[in-house]
Parts: sequence; structure tokens; C-alpha cells
Amino acid sequence: MDERFILKVEDLTVSFDGFKAVDHLSFYVEPNECRVIIGPNGAGKTTVLDLICGRTKATEGSVVFKGKELLAMREDQIVHAGVGRKFQTPSVYEDLTVFENLELSYPKGHGVFGALAFKRDETVRARIKEIAQTIFLDGQLDEKAAFLSHGQKQWLEIGMLLIQDPELLMLDEPVAGMSVAERKKIAELLNRIIQDRSVIVIEHDMGFVADIATRVTVLHQGKTLSEGTMDRVQNDPKVVEVYLGH
Amino acid sequence: MQSSAFMSRKEIIGFVILAALIFVIFPAVLDNFRLNLFGKYLTYAFVAVGLALCWGAGGILSLGQGVFFGLGGYCMAMFLKLEASTPENTAIQSTPGIPDFMDWNQLTELPWWWEPFYSLPIALIAVVAVPVMFAFIIGVAMFTRRVGGVYFAIITQAFAAIMTILIIGQQGYTGGVNGITDLRTLLGWDIRTDEAKTVLYFVNGVLLFAVLLVAQYVRKSKLGRLLIAMRDQEDRVRFSGYNVANFKIFIFCLGAAFAGIGGAMFTLQVGFMSPTLVGIVPSIEMVIFCAVGGRLSILGAVYGALLVNWAKTSLSESFPELWLLGLGGLFIAVVMVFPNGLAGVWSEKIEPRLLEIMGKKKSVAPAPDGAPAE
Repeated sequence: MDERFILKVEDLTVSFDGFKAVDHLSFYVEPNECRVIIGPNGAGKTTVLDLICGRTKATEGSVVFKGKELLAMREDQIVHAGVGRKFQTPSVYEDLTVFENLELSYPKGHGVFGALAFKRDETVRARIKEIAQTIFLDGQLDEKAAFLSHGQKQWLEIGMLLIQDPELLMLDEPVAGMSVAERKKIAELLNRIIQDRSVIVIEHDMGFVADIATRVTVLHQGKTLSEGTMDRVQNDPKVVEVYLGH
Repeated sequence: MQSSAFMSRKEIIGFVILAALIFVIFPAVLDNFRLNLFGKYLTYAFVAVGLALCWGAGGILSLGQGVFFGLGGYCMAMFLKLEASTPENTAIQSTPGIPDFMDWNQLTELPWWWEPFYSLPIALIAVVAVPVMFAFIIGVAMFTRRVGGVYFAIITQAFAAIMTILIIGQQGYTGGVNGITDLRTLLGWDIRTDEAKTVLYFVNGVLLFAVLLVAQYVRKSKLGRLLIAMRDQEDRVRFSGYNVANFKIFIFCLGAAFAGIGGAMFTLQVGFMSPTLVGIVPSIEMVIFCAVGGRLSILGAVYGALLVNWAKTSLSESFPELWLLGLGGLFIAVVMVFPNGLAGVWSEKIEPRLLEIMGKKKSVAPAPDGAPAE
């Protein structure tokens, strides 16, 4: 196993009735790297995340995470391997409280009988409180998630991922729909949480991208158009033409 | 709710009131005939409680619960029928010692799969195990393929139709359209007397409470919260590391087990089991019991089963032809006007009023996950 990369995506292809949303895509992510994927609408950004986390089945190619082939695994197995995914629209359990939302993401009691026997002990409570503080929701633990603002729901979902403590965190437009103030707060939060794990982020906000990215991959029509540091990518004439130019 | 107490105070009061109703008030005010009728209604409550978990909490609508009710009921009926078919009782048959309907259908030998039902312990295990096995097979086939929602409902309804056709078609083995009738004794104890029926009513009540406590435990466990989470955001649950199919299979099997127990108690109290209790119409009726009571509430489901059946009996005594229309109207009314059923009406409308009248200033938020407060 090649120790240099935590995630190796090779020749990844998915075809929907002949349309190749992702077309022989390859990229490699190093440990502790923050990779940002940008690209125009329909470039296949979200599909790439869907393929890695098992939501969409790939037509061909391979996705190897820490030496394990993810394409052969079920979604929950991929999660247990250490991959966490945040969706574009905030996906939280609206009928449950913030505390319960975080509790369900706590990595224990994942089987049917484990869930029946699961007890809220002090370790669980302490961990939930800790995470709630990180995401600025410690004052609203008993509130139903339905009553949170859009930004708070985004935070809550990020908190649900943090409590899983994944080695690879995938975030789909984490600052979309947030106010400027919220945006700053979340950039701080993200900068803190990406310190000790690998992250793949999809984002449109260039200021935000420049702020967090180790490296940037530009997707266009399911293929890599350009890859490298923010500076390099921004000055790549191909990129300017299809994406940054307008 | 950070406390994970088994029952809140409100829920304890609800359980106590229902217990008082079933164990004290009904036996005190109803004559033997009516009490036995209520006993029959309560056997449907088992199914409704299972549906409150599957459908209300988990969002899995099954239109085939009659199958599980029937399987449980038939397992019990087979045992009772074998006990009633002693060679002495059946001396006039061409093959004495086998159930009468088999003899009428020219069977000369008991089918091998009837043999185990000579034993009461095996029959009792089968009452739960057969419906659960059946639910497990359906569950694995459907949920691992991610069949859900309306498709699942339609497929379960098809199962109900298939089961009815199978039972009616295999007359010699199942008693056909008449079902298994003329059941007499349970280990020598005559179940047809008034006294026996009263005893069975209480056994039924105790079992119903056992089932309610199991349901309450499940609802309050992390699994209960996961069901609600799955109903709202199935993908999020999946990407939090849960194998969603397993949880659906579990809750579907649990609902089937409850229905099986209800079916067995039906057989004991009413004295027969027939395909009319298995098919599409009874299966949908069972969903209506649950919907009327409030599908989010396990106690509401019990009240729903009691009320709808009581209305059915009263109405069909006086206007037999109107009942089905009434039932349909009731279902539409519940869905359109009171989507959370009686339990919803109680916790949203009546309870806040009551508290207001009682002078409590506390504002009452809707109970967690629409929990009951009877």
C-alpha cells in the first residue's frame, strides 16, 4: 500500500444512460490535506462525493481509502472505514432534538441490538456537550432541530460528522446559504477541524477556497481540468476560460 | 429531552388510565357478550400497536398486517383443532382423528406440517415465530433492495391477497373459506363458556400490556429515535454508519410478532380463524385503527382499535350497508383533518385546554414526537 496517499481515486467513471457524469477521473489525497473541488454547475462535483461514499455506484474505476476498496462496500461500511459525508442541503433529523441528533451520530451502538441496549452514559453526554460547544449549539441541546436556523442546521450536520471523528471528511458546499457573519464563523470552525484529518470540500466561494485549500482540483464535464495550488489553478488559462472567466 | 427515562409522568398516567379501563371499568360495566366483543377488539389493538411502531415511528406502511394476524391465529387454531379432533369426537368420519374439513376433502392422513401442532409449546412458539419468519423473508427481500414507501405498501397488500387465495384454495389443508372452526378446548379447558371467555379477556389484556411495554421500551431506546430519524432523513442515517435495512427488518418483524400474538388471542376468544381476517380489507382496517388512534402513539393505537371496532359493531347492527362507507369516510377525515389521529387531537387541542382550565400557566409544546398523553 502506498503510504503517501490516504485516498486514491483512479479511473473513476459513472455513466447515467450513456451520459458520463464522471469520466475516468483520477486524483490522490494526502493525509491532512484539504482538497477543494471546484467547477461549473454540472461538472460532476457532487457525483464524485456520491461515488466515494457509496451513494452512487460507479460504472468503473477504483476508490481506495487506506488500502481498502470502497466501491465494493455498503454505505455504512464506508462510514465505519472512516469516511464522513455532509450533504449539500442540511440533512438533520428535524423531529429530534440537537442532543438526539448528535447522539445518533455517536459511533457506538450501530447494530440493531446495540441500538436497543445503548445507554446514555457520562462519556456520551460529555462528548456531545463538547461537540455542541464546538458548533456553537451548546445552548440549544434540548431544542428540536426543526427550530434551528439554516446556518445552525449546517453546523449541526457538521457536528454530527465531527462526533463520528472520520479520517476523511467530505463537505458539500458547507457555507452555501450562510450569512457573512456565519460564513466567517464556519471558516474558523473548518480551519480548526481540518487540522488533523483529510478533507474534501466542494465550494464556490473563491475567498473561502483560498482560505482553506491545500490543493484545488478543477472539474469540467466529469474530467480534471486542472489541479494544484490555488495560485496555479487560478492562473491556468484553461480554467480561466471555462470557469473563473465569467 | 436529555433524560432517557423509560416513561415520562404523562405516559405513566396514560398507561394507568388504559389499564383501569381494560381491567376494571370494562369488566364492571359490560355484560359477558359485550366484554367478549371488546376482547376481540383488543386483539386488533396488538396489530395497531405494531403499526404505530412500523408506520408511525418508522414510516413503513404495511397493508398486509392481516397476514401476520392470520398466521398467528392459524397456528393457534391448528393446535386447538387437533385437540378437538380426537378419534372419539370424529368417529363418524371416514378417517377418524383428523380435522373434519380434511375428511370432507378426502384427505386420509394428517399433513406432515400439521404434526408439530399437537404440542402446545410448539404451537405457542409458532404463533410468534411463523409471522416473524414470514416478515423476515419479506423484509430482507424488500428492504435490502431499498423498496419502500408506496411500493412496499402495495407489495404487502399483494401478500395479503396471495395469502387469502392460498388459504381458500388449499381447502383440505387449511379449512378453505370457512377457516378452522368448531374449536373446543385448550388442554381440556372448555374455551366456549362465559367464564372461560372472561378469563381469556384478562389474559388478552395482560398480554396487550406486555406488548405495550415492549413497544414503549423500543420507542424510548436509541432504536426508537433512529426510526424517527430514518423516516425523515434515511440517507443521513445511512451515512452516519447504520445499515438502514436491518433496522427496518427488525421493526417489521416486531410488528409481525405483535400481530401474531393478537391473532392467536383472537382465535382463542372468538373460537375460529378464517381467511376473512387475513385479506386486504382487514389489513387496511387495521391501518385505519392505527390512523384513527394516532399513528405516532402506541396508546392511541389501542384506543383507535377499540373505538373503530365499537363503532363498526354498533353501526353494522343498525345500518349494515352503511358501515364500509362510514369507514372510508372516517379514514379520509382522519387523514385530511387529524393527521395525528385521536392522540394528536388530545395532545394539541384538549390537553392544553385542560391545563388552562386547571390554571396551570405552563405553555404546552406539542409532546415529543407527538407522544400520547391519554
